[in-house]
Amino acid sequence: MKPAPFDYFAPKTIDQALEQLDRGAGDATILAGGQTLLPLLALRMSTPGIIVDINRIPELQGISRERGATRIAPVTRQNAALANAELAAVLPMLTKALSHVGHFQTRNRGTVGGSISLGEPAAELPAAAVALGAEIEAHSVNGSRRIPATEFYIGPYATVLEPDELVTAIHFPDWASGSVTVFHEVARRPGDFALVGLVGAVTLDQGRVSRAGLAWFGMGPTPIRAAATEAAMLGQNAAQLDWAGLAELAVSETDPFEDHSASADYRRGVGRSIFARTLCEALNKGAMA
Amino acid sequence: MSDHEISMTVNGRTCTSRVEGRMTLGDFLREKVGQTGVHMACEHGVCGACTILVDGLAVRSCLMFAVQADGADVTTVEGAAAPDGSLSPVQQAMRECHALQCGFCTPGVVMTLTSLTQGATKSDEKTLLNAMSGHLCRCTGYQGIRKAIKQLAAGEAA
Repeated sequence: MKPAPFDYFAPKTIDQALEQLDRGAGDATILAGGQTLLPLLALRMSTPGIIVDINRIPELQGISRERGATRIAPVTRQNAALANAELAAVLPMLTKALSHVGHFQTRNRGTVGGSISLGEPAAELPAAAVALGAEIEAHSVNGSRRIPATEFYIGPYATVLEPDELVTAIHFPDWASGSVTVFHEVARRPGDFALVGLVGAVTLDQGRVSRAGLAWFGMGPTPIRAAATEAAMLGQNAAQLDWAGLAELAVSETDPFEDHSASADYRRGVGRSIFARTLCEALNKGAMA
Repeated sequence: MSDHEISMTVNGRTCTSRVEGRMTLGDFLREKVGQTGVHMACEHGVCGACTILVDGLAVRSCLMFAVQADGADVTTVEGAAAPDGSLSPVQQAMRECHALQCGFCTPGVVMTLTSLTQGATKSDEKTLLNAMSGHLCRCTGYQGIRKAIKQLAAGEAA
């Protein structure tokens, strides 16, 4: 249970980090909070030759407002984001999701950007990024780009990031105030990875759905956006939605797997139940507000 | 393979050493600083036995490299009691409520509860109980720990 030897670098600036990733040529791994990477190293499921620790780069920490969005720097600790009152005011859905990430102790080290760029299919934050329409900003020595979260994930722990790219910010667009938080997770104990989870937001305008963003986690090889379900809800009167039909549609968009904890059918069944219950409760509350 | 000169404060004492990049903070504290109250068990972040405080925050010492704690202020269970040996409120509550059996998970539990109750930090019973999701007790002695938490939270509220 000891990591294989590696060369360790702790750059002080983004440029230094990008140079090291460029020089590392695919043999370099980025260390953010380390709460998933260190287990992978200890189990020797990952044996990089170079570790680039980005914890000593001040510009990679913190939460700030930009026009119409909230910018979260990647090394922002999950507990710091969870305790951020401004974030809770503008994006309560994200705060809710953060409260379910790992355990209190791992959230003290674990980072928002680390979880989002790792792409564990059962993790809360990648799904929240997909549901809420976040964009992931990545830099390399060759330039920068912004990738919509909906196009970011390609498989378990696999993203479109190139080996020399570093995530430098995640941009979460604003949702109208009063938008309803959708969140439900079924896990064997608090802090464990979800067996099935649903996260998102719904905006109502005079009782009708004007915007919806919903994503599943633990229901496929990546976080899965329930795009057809969102479309089916748009413009509908929230009080007259066909919950059973929508739940069926939303579950049909998933691709659940079987593991030691649950079969694919079990995941679909749980998904159907929590979709109908969570959405119905959230929207009733939203309609009354 | 790189090695690094590091220096940190452990339980109030400055420790300087040369370490390989891959050495975890937990192994460093046990092997180089002699703080064997840091209990390494699963070594991949599941069990919580190795929990310590880094700059006042409860973290798993198996999920951090020693080199990352260069310059940090570290507290292990050895630093929980007062210098004269009198028990901290967390230790006292755990002692009175029989919140340990074999004692293996205890240092981690003590440090998590310490981080949530020390100084001006006040935490209610629910917060303390939720934080216990990050600890496994192989003796299944959770009821004693719950009792100690109840007592601690009552003391905090008073």
